[in-house]
Amino acid sequence: MDAVLFFLFAGIALAGAINLIRESHPIYSALSLVAVMGALAGLYLMLGAEFIAVVQIIVYAGAIMVLFVFVLMLVNAAPEVKLDRSKMAKNVGPPLLTLLLVEIVAVLRGKYPTSDLVHPSLLSGDNTRQIGKLLFSKFLLPFEVTSILILVAIMGAVVLGKRRPDDSR
Amino acid sequence: MSYLDQTLHLFPETVLAVAGTLIMVLSPTVKNARWLGRIALFALVLALFGSHVSYHHGEYMGSAFDGLVTNDAFAILFRQLFIIVAALAVLSSFDYLKREGIETGEYYALILFSVVGQGLMACSTDLVMIFIGLEISSISTYILTGYRRHDARGIEAALKYFLLGSFATGFLLYGIALVYGATGSTNLAAIRAAIPQANGPLVAMGAALMFVGMAFKVSGAPFQVWTPDVYQGAPTPVTAFMSAAPKAAAFAMFLRVFLTGLTPAAGYFWLLWGCAVLSMFVGNLGALMQSNIKRMLAYSSIAHAGYVLAAFTTRSAMGGAAAIFYLAVYSVTNVGAFLVVAHLAGKDESTVAISDYRGLGKRHPVLAACFTIFLLSLLGVPLTGGFFGKFYIVTSAVAAGLPGLAIITMINSAIGAYYYLRVVVTMYMEDAESPAATPAVPASGTLVLIFTVIGVFALGVFPTMVLEWASQAADILK
Repeated sequence: MDAVLFFLFAGIALAGAINLIRESHPIYSALSLVAVMGALAGLYLMLGAEFIAVVQIIVYAGAIMVLFVFVLMLVNAAPEVKLDRSKMAKNVGPPLLTLLLVEIVAVLRGKYPTSDLVHPSLLSGDNTRQIGKLLFSKFLLPFEVTSILILVAIMGAVVLGKRRPDDSR
Repeated sequence: MSYLDQTLHLFPETVLAVAGTLIMVLSPTVKNARWLGRIALFALVLALFGSHVSYHHGEYMGSAFDGLVTNDAFAILFRQLFIIVAALAVLSSFDYLKREGIETGEYYALILFSVVGQGLMACSTDLVMIFIGLEISSISTYILTGYRRHDARGIEAALKYFLLGSFATGFLLYGIALVYGATGSTNLAAIRAAIPQANGPLVAMGAALMFVGMAFKVSGAPFQVWTPDVYQGAPTPVTAFMSAAPKAAAFAMFLRVFLTGLTPAAGYFWLLWGCAVLSMFVGNLGALMQSNIKRMLAYSSIAHAGYVLAAFTTRSAMGGAAAIFYLAVYSVTNVGAFLVVAHLAGKDESTVAISDYRGLGKRHPVLAACFTIFLLSLLGVPLTGGFFGKFYIVTSAVAAGLPGLAIITMINSAIGAYYYLRVVVTMYMEDAESPAATPAVPASGTLVLIFTVIGVFALGVFPTMVLEWASQAADILK
């Protein structure tokens, strides 16, 4: 059962990701991304990471994707114009990518059974409560400092996006 | 320890974050943005003073926030370097921004926030904190790169930097996740302790991915492709800032993660060696062919990243000290050089070709002399800081039993001589057909020049002071 579900979700995620790059219209790409996000949430659930799965749905598939689609509709995005792509990326990219994937699979599958792959302390379960506790005790500082990061990002959007007095000419 | 005491471990970051927010809030109401720049300058001086006091009185040293950050000699040295670089960049931005008509308060706030991120990168001992610091620093720099919105090159540079930088961050984050998965911790000391029992291939893969992300941030080859375009398109004071502070911060993170956290996974020696040698050759050979001074300095900065990586490759305390010392010298020198370029760039950066420097020796002898000093220091001529920087790197490579690396470093210094001296020859030996007007150097620019020239000579004549501090800092990493 686990294996069936895993291959189902993994298949959807991969197909969505490939379709995302293949489609020429941004709306279809955005909708493929929704499928990827949903399938990933399913994979997280299977790993026992309920919190991450729910956050994935609410934040990514929900808020961020709605924003994406909304902006695409607002600017009435047309199908992308295909430009001449770099020859090197076209010819050297796929073989290198295949090599990397084969290497990763070979290293991780050949020598080691999957159960030893991850440190045992990380498989205790009960992770929603753990996250809640850690976020406001041990990881209080990163939690707070992230607000500076968000502030900088907001300021960047304003600085780069706002109309300047002399832009009207 | 109370939260106040723990926050005081991060005194410089706190001051700068508060000042940055203050500038941001004030900027709609203050008409003259230069006042906001002065607030930024004041905050930087206060932060520098605060970290100096905490170091020399031993207060608020050591780790805080459950071992997420630590205030040690390494953190303080780098922090002070970032603060000094930022202050010099702010000073030289005053006239540049006015000339370009883009003087707004947010510019100064972004520089302060960027330094906050860099400070966190230098003092964090936990991958989560290091990552957040890196993101704060990088995102501020992406925005600053695109500050000249009316110029297509500026926008192109910002977009390229943002897309490629985000991609590299993805590699780094994936590496962090794998290392966390294998060792069960994000704390560098805990990772080091857990590595012998952890799954070897998983750690090695995580380390390799982190290496890619960090090599991108220090613009080491083969991840250097973005550097010339971004350095050329960014406003020149920002180029000065980002060729020094974010780069030194990325090296601080690189050194701390790889020497403190991942030492037992020693498989990355050849990775470092290859990246160092490739960066030196790509940077120096690329710089030979440039006609634009900003692009030339960008390629030279790739080469300098290679020299630092060569010191890093030795993985000894001596090599660490040499790398840190070199970063200090390189930052001061490069900021000085880019500031001369910023002053001479003209409206819309129209005069940044090397041929525009013809006859500068006659038109503006002082500026030409300063530029010559910076170029000679980048080249590594005795009496300048660059000489001892290269000297320590070569000695540490020989001491670590890597004579090949030492020889390659020296060959590359010789290649560098060609393009640095070519600019000097252009300035003194050639005459311009229609010389561009050379504006007088304003008071803030004079201050910057005096400080950087003194810095270059001080590091070249009395290197021991900074070197001892750098050795202390490098010892902590072990």
